Amino acid sequence: MTDHRVSYTLDSTLETVDSAEEAASRIAAESGFDEDEVMQISMAVREAAVNAVLHGNAYDPGKKVSVDFERTGHDLVITIRDQGKGLDLSKIPDPLAPENLLKTSGRGIFLIRSFMDEVHIHPSQTGTEIKLVKHVHGQTAGGKEASQ
Amino acid sequence: MSMKCSNRQVDGVTIVDCSGRITLGEGSVILRDTVRELLSKGQKKILLNLADVNYIDSSGIGELVSAFTTVRNQGGELKLLNLTKKVHDLLQITKLYTVFDVKDEEAAAVKAFS
Repeated sequence: MTDHRVSYTLDSTLETVDSAEEAASRIAAESGFDEDEVMQISMAVREAAVNAVLHGNAYDPGKKVSVDFERTGHDLVITIRDQGKGLDLSKIPDPLAPENLLKTSGRGIFLIRSFMDEVHIHPSQTGTEIKLVKHVHGQTAGGKEASQ
Repeated sequence: MSMKCSNRQVDGVTIVDCSGRITLGEGSVILRDTVRELLSKGQKKILLNLADVNYIDSSGIGELVSAFTTVRNQGGELKLLNLTKKVHDLLQITKLYTVFDVKDEEAAAVKAFS
C-alpha cells in the first residue's frame, strides 16, 4: 500500500451516499483488501455518508459532505465530515438491547463500529467528523474502537 | 442493481422474490410498498425470498424489521427465505437472526406457515 490521498466534496443527496460507497469500494480494492473487507469498508462509508446527509446536513442543499480517503503504509483512513449541528453521542441507542431489537433505525453507527478497526467520532457545533480506520491484513489495533 | 420484487402464490402463501439491493431510498420503498399492498389484499402469509438480494444496509435492515412487525400486528406472518451470506451475517451481528423466522428450503418454509 503506497501513501495516497483522495478527497471529495459532495452535495447532501442520496446520490452522494452511492458515490461515497462506490469510491470506498474502488479504493479499498485498489488498496489490497479482500472481498469481504472491501464490502465492510464500503458499507461503513455508506452508513457514515447516510448519517452525514440525513442526520447531519438534513438534505440541506447549502451544506456539503466531505469524504477523504488516505492510504498510509499500514492503514486506509477515511474521514467523513458534515456541516450539521453535531451528532449527540449520548442519544445513540444500543441496537442490540432487547428493547431496541425491533426498532427500524439506529443501527448505522453499530455497523460502522462492527466493520472497521477504529472509529473516531468528533461532533462539534459546526458538524460531525467521523474517522474510520481499516488496517492492512494482519495488523490489528489494540482496541476495536476509540470513539471520542 | 436496483431492487425488484415479484409475487407468486403457493398453497396460500405469498412468496415475494426479491432481487438487487435493499438500501435507503428506492430499495426500501419498493419492499415497503410491496408488503403494504399484499396486506391491503388480505395476503398475510408472506415469505420473502432474498436469494438474489446481494446487499442490504441499515435502512434495509430497518425495512425488514418494519415489514415483520407490520405483518405481525395485522395478525399475519412474515418469514425470510434463502439468505445470502452477506445478509445472513448482517442479521447475525444485529441479533435479528433469531427474531426472524429464517428458512432455506421453499417447500418447508411454505409448510411452516400456520
